[in-house]
Amino acid sequence: MAEVEIKPENRVYGKSPLITDNVMHYCPGCSHGTVHKLVAEVIDEMGIAERTIGISPVGCAVFAYNYIDIDWIEAAHGRACAVATAVKRLHPENMVFTYQGDGDLSAIGTAETIHAAARGENIVAIYINNAIYGMTGGQMAPTTLIGMKTATTPYGRDPRLNGYPYKIAEMLTHLDGTAYITRQSVHTPANVRKCKRALRKAFETAMAGKGFSLVEVVSTCNSGWKMSPVAANRWLEENMLPFYPLGDIKCND
Amino acid sequence: MAQQQQEVKLMKGNEVIAHAAIRFGCDAYFGYPITPQSEVMETLMELKPWETTGMVVLQAESEISSINMVYGAAATGKRVLTSSSSPGISLMAEGISYIAGAELPCLIVNCQRGGPGLGTIQPSQGDYFQACKGGGHGDYHLIVLAPNSVQEMHDFVKLGLDLAFKYRNPAMILADGAIGQMMEKVVLAPQQPRRTNEEIAAECKEWATYGKPADRKRNVVTSLELQSEAMEQINLRLNAKYRTMEENEVRYEAIECDDADYVLVAFGSSARICSATVEMARAEGLRVGLLRPITLYPFPTRPIAELAKRVKGFLSVELNAGQMVEDVRLAVNGAAPVEHYGRQGGMIYSPDEVLAALKQKLIKA
Ligand SMILES: Cc1ncc(C[n+]2csc(CCOP(=O)(O)OP(=O)(O)O)c2C)c(N)n1
Ligand code: SF4
Ligand SMILES: [Mg+2]
Repeated sequence: MAEVEIKPENRVYGKSPLITDNVMHYCPGCSHGTVHKLVAEVIDEMGIAERTIGISPVGCAVFAYNYIDIDWIEAAHGRACAVATAVKRLHPENMVFTYQGDGDLSAIGTAETIHAAARGENIVAIYINNAIYGMTGGQMAPTTLIGMKTATTPYGRDPRLNGYPYKIAEMLTHLDGTAYITRQSVHTPANVRKCKRALRKAFETAMAGKGFSLVEVVSTCNSGWKMSPVAANRWLEENMLPFYPLGDIKCND
Repeated sequence: MAQQQQEVKLMKGNEVIAHAAIRFGCDAYFGYPITPQSEVMETLMELKPWETTGMVVLQAESEISSINMVYGAAATGKRVLTSSSSPGISLMAEGISYIAGAELPCLIVNCQRGGPGLGTIQPSQGDYFQACKGGGHGDYHLIVLAPNSVQEMHDFVKLGLDLAFKYRNPAMILADGAIGQMMEKVVLAPQQPRRTNEEIAAECKEWATYGKPADRKRNVVTSLELQSEAMEQINLRLNAKYRTMEENEVRYEAIECDDADYVLVAFGSSARICSATVEMARAEGLRVGLLRPITLYPFPTRPIAELAKRVKGFLSVELNAGQMVEDVRLAVNGAAPVEHYGRQGGMIYSPDEVLAALKQKLIKA
């Protein structure tokens, strides 16, 4: 087959030079892949690839290091913000961010997250809230909605049995060390663009030494939710967004 | 060579860890308070090394956090340490396993107290198994150094970090409440500079994650490998590293062992007590020696096996219910009787109690 050449002036989208050629392991339709591309674009456009260190979690994004061509440290489950704290303290001129799931950042790693935020570490935590434990096969997360069925809430999350979901983003706004807290999504092209702007703002906040930033991305896990990618996007809009409203929650300028 | 003025101070074992860390050019300390070692961080905070050498000192929210901070700092090629006492080390276990799995250098100081559980704040050697037989999950080893004096607390900060970097493996100083709290004369090392980022980049460029320059591929610090064939190769490489350590890094002290009929085996504060026992026994005409392992891992298996060919028995003297005695038995391999004598709960034996135990368990038998 002849190669099709696209003239630069006709190109509307290109792969960021920081995205590697490795085939992503994410399920088709998963938000993780979209957020990875945005992170790569922001790092590239800010011209800080040589200074950026990413901390990957335990969760579906554990292999984030295979996809963005920067130095990476793979942290133990939940401990990314502690790892990032040390890296940033020892390399204040570098950009240090974590990329974590909702189980990682707001269940097992709650203490590390809150204390890094309270100390005002100049790092960014990217928080993929898909209301489920994707990697381990779809168990309840701290963010699982009331009534939502998961592998460990097969009859739906019942607050009397399983407690209530919580919003760590809102909680973090009360901490003096936090500078920028925002909640985004990537389920429509318009939201993808907004999410990218938020990521850029968070990265700039960290580099300016203003304190801790959290970019929550309300995400789909179509495999865990047992839905097609399209149905998952619709379900996110109808069920997730009313409980997890989008927009900036705290912004210290 | 110009005569250097030696700096001699009277100090606690815990305080000296802080001074040594600064003087040997450490880049960072992360910790969480716990008796009997809180003086380490307190001393660092008082000395404010961030104003002189640029060393980072941070009080974390837990030992889980401090060991993961150590992991992050070590991943960037920095010289980093933490200290704690037994329950805190238990909390660090997962992080230590990650550090070993990702092959990162660092130093962990355990100033042991008695357990299990919350136990006592008094000295103990009950964490021998934890330090030498894993502690965390998976097949790995720490390099374990057992100081018996304040001077060795000082010296082993450097030795531990040097070995950690040589093998890219976590090292542990296994002290106890007695060594941490006692005051002794110590010769302090002169101040050494911290390595610059350029020096670290040159030395650790194959693996450290300080930001990827254009002229090298990205570095990834991870202990994950989902493919069994590849994971087994990693395990085999680690095993080979441990065998090299066993070959090259065994350190021990043999006191009056040459003509000994009976040999005490003891480390750390127990070894201090046992050296007095040796003198008492010799004064009574009993030929008793002391073998003091300085490295608990790698263990001095060979020198003990050599002694086993001609002595009448070994007494492993430990502040626990009998832990190191298992390694002594493996080394002796049935060639001579091996007994254990211990106290627990923070109780400490006197030299004559050790001698009485030796007579009762081995000499009379
Ligand atoms: C200490 C520890 N406990 C449990 C696990 C198992 N585990 C791996 S990933 C995960 C949950 C991941 O969920 P989340 O953080 O929401 O990420 P997602 O996969 O949904 O992106 C769990 C419980 C582990 N690896 N380590
Ligand atoms: S299991 Fe869920 S979170 Fe994980 S890759 Fe698949 S869709 Fe994404
Ligand atoms: Mg999740």
